[in-house]
Amino acid sequence: MDKILVGLFSVAGMFFTYWFFLMKKEDVISVTDSVDITVEGGYSPNIISISLGKTIKINFFRKDPSSCLEEVVLGDFKIRKYLPLNQKITIEVTAKEKGEFAFTCGMGMFHGKIVVSD
Amino acid sequence: MPYKLTKRSFVIKGMHCASCVRVTERALKKTPGVTDAVVNLATQKAMVTYDEDNCTQEQLANSIAKTGYTLELEQKGETVIQEEKKKELQILRNKVVISLGLGFLIFWGSFPVLMETAPAILRNFFVQLLLATPVQFWAGQEFYRATIPALKHRTANMDTLVALGTTVAYFYSAFVTFFPQVIMNLGMDPMPYFDVAVIVIGLILLGRYFEAKAKAGTSQAIKKLIGLQAKTARVLRQAPSFAGASKGRQDKLIEVDIPIDQVQIGDIIRVRPGEKIPVDGIITVGESSIDESMITGESIPIDKTKGDTVVGATMNKSGTFTYKATKVGNETMLAQIIKLVEEAQGSKAPIQRLADVVSSYFVPVVIMLAFLTFGVWYIFGPQPSFLFAMLNTVAVLIIACPCAMGLATPTAIMVGTGIGAEHGILIKDAESLETAHKINTIIFDKTGTLTKGKPEVTDIISLNKTNKDEILKLAASIEKGSEHSLAEAIVKEAEKQKLVLNKVEGFKAIAGYGVEGLLEKNQLFLGNRRLMNKENVSVASYNSEITRLEGGGKTVMMLAINRKLAGLIAVADTVKDSAKEGVAQLQKLGIEVVMITGDNEKTAQAIAKQVGVNRVLAEVLPDQKELEIRKIQKEGKKVAMVGDGINDAPALTAADVGIAMGTGTDVAIEAADITLINKDLKSVASAIELSKKTMRTIKLNLIWAFGYNIILIPVAMGILYPFFGILLNPILASVAMATSSISVVSNSLLPKRFKINYDN
Repeated sequence: MDKILVGLFSVAGMFFTYWFFLMKKEDVISVTDSVDITVEGGYSPNIISISLGKTIKINFFRKDPSSCLEEVVLGDFKIRKYLPLNQKITIEVTAKEKGEFAFTCGMGMFHGKIVVSD
Repeated sequence: MPYKLTKRSFVIKGMHCASCVRVTERALKKTPGVTDAVVNLATQKAMVTYDEDNCTQEQLANSIAKTGYTLELEQKGETVIQEEKKKELQILRNKVVISLGLGFLIFWGSFPVLMETAPAILRNFFVQLLLATPVQFWAGQEFYRATIPALKHRTANMDTLVALGTTVAYFYSAFVTFFPQVIMNLGMDPMPYFDVAVIVIGLILLGRYFEAKAKAGTSQAIKKLIGLQAKTARVLRQAPSFAGASKGRQDKLIEVDIPIDQVQIGDIIRVRPGEKIPVDGIITVGESSIDESMITGESIPIDKTKGDTVVGATMNKSGTFTYKATKVGNETMLAQIIKLVEEAQGSKAPIQRLADVVSSYFVPVVIMLAFLTFGVWYIFGPQPSFLFAMLNTVAVLIIACPCAMGLATPTAIMVGTGIGAEHGILIKDAESLETAHKINTIIFDKTGTLTKGKPEVTDIISLNKTNKDEILKLAASIEKGSEHSLAEAIVKEAEKQKLVLNKVEGFKAIAGYGVEGLLEKNQLFLGNRRLMNKENVSVASYNSEITRLEGGGKTVMMLAINRKLAGLIAVADTVKDSAKEGVAQLQKLGIEVVMITGDNEKTAQAIAKQVGVNRVLAEVLPDQKELEIRKIQKEGKKVAMVGDGINDAPALTAADVGIAMGTGTDVAIEAADITLINKDLKSVASAIELSKKTMRTIKLNLIWAFGYNIILIPVAMGILYPFFGILLNPILASVAMATSSISVVSNSLLPKRFKINYDN
């Protein structure tokens, strides 16, 4: 009996993990001028949308002491920036082409993206 | 009187005139808590003295915003950041020492055979709980502080895995300590596993400590470059005039030391021996020998004199000189280099894409595997199956190392681009560095790249009793009035030999032929064969000599004195000293070297022979170079084009990798994938080798990072148990995990030993 229960628990745990981490709904924030992104256990908001040709300011504010998040990388914009704890760091980004451009932590585990559309 | 006064500098944006200064100063001074404010228009900065208890930086920013300007809040300087990092490392080290110290005591009191030698107090489960608790919740606090907000955002990283793994071990052990009977009733030995939780935390923190130290090494290049910048400049300024001063007195210039960020274009700066040159400029008075190795990588100091350009951050060796600042602030070559290296280090290599995709699914997949491990071991494992299930689950959570995958490429790219910058090889982005290792054909532009681009006298031949110096002296005297580039080469050579030139009368330039004039009653003609024929000067006896020189790609100038041929002067665009060796080094790397030029076939072949190039594309017009590159690409070759970056922009862009040589101008940097600031052709091979070395490091890192996880996660799950009875202890798992990311970072640092030698 206990084996059946543990078996069910194990399978449920796997499904839950899949649903919890990989099936979450992403909220897109539309940005016209500037946006504040809190860096704590990831990026909040983590998807921002901007219009083609626009230049926006992204203000990163790291509250999380984890070394994972101490750098933010916007590879497509050739930006790698150290984020000191509890300090606002502003990065300027110009949307030169349409598409989705990821930003990640220094080790590529936490993700966010900039969606550029017309 | 305010209690705690602070004096800080802020940047104010949007100021244009003195009235802006007044408005912003007044706004700042009116802000409650501010005792003083001085705004400087030149530096666009405000120095504000305020009471921190009654006034915040945000309030200051608001006051300025109301006036229509922007006050930028102070950002932590590099030194403050470094200090903070140092402090963090110290705390981390303390945590490691305490965790491992306490871990050892718990291990001693709980490990089967060893525990018999331990004092009774250490064998007490409650004492072990007491020792383990600070490690779990103080030293391990950072894992929770990262995990809790991450879970709120439904994300996870390595900290999540460590927090989950050690929490399971800790709470199971705490349960055993408080309720041993329950465990015994389940048919299990009531043994806690505090050692697992504590030592795993200690070892992972130890790994993180070493990783942080090693990672600091990967970004050293940028720090070094920033450190090159001079702090002050000695600017010459008009001495303040005073009543009754004579005119001469009024014109007197005085030296003023000012901060580097206050230097403006047009400022005259004086530099003494042993001093750093503050910004870029042109020498106006004096001469010196300047060490530019920090920017170009060239180790030999370069002699510079009036009219020559000097680069900021280079070192003045011997003379005193004054120069006019032409580029300041973000425009200087050093600032451009720093920007370029920063951008390259922020870019992503295509090879990283797979690691990126895997990293984003990695942690959830490991958690799913942990659930699977628990279920399978509990259902199918030997007794006590719960313990097997729990320990293997913990091992799976602990062994997984997504960090190694995340660090594999960027650390190597940072080191690679950094080494390049230190040696005058500027790589635009990670993609260029990656493509460069695949290059199998390199096309060199001839003029200005393989050759110096300026004609020089190569041979002086006397055909009668007149000596060579006299031939040169006569030729230079007559050519002094000419503006032809060949004439310039002859005059320059005479000046180099320190020959005193004579005054020529009746100078006449005959376009397409040469020049003529009278010197001490001697009729002189200097020009080509056509001029000699026209003036009935016989050259027949020296035809073979002339043909030999022309065959070598040289232009031959003939000097006739009183209609008798007296000497020959050959002028040619000479190849650079490093050209032959530079080409040979590339050929040694198995790369085909091609030369492209607008010159005729004969001259092109002559130069190609001198430098050892086998394939020549001659008589190619500038706008056809791009086409020629595409033709070679169609042969299936990966092509790099080496040019000066200004005239070759389309060709550089068309090539798979565009390499601009001997320049640091914006245009060149924009068009090229790799910019070589020194003029040494050997650095082309160095750039290719650097790329190969970096790519080898990245591949090794990725193989290691992927291999490690692919092999050890199944081992931690217990895949070897049915065949060999092997299980992975969670403590060993933490050792493996800690070493894996350190190995990746250390491997990335290995190319730092890569030597780039221009003098070999």
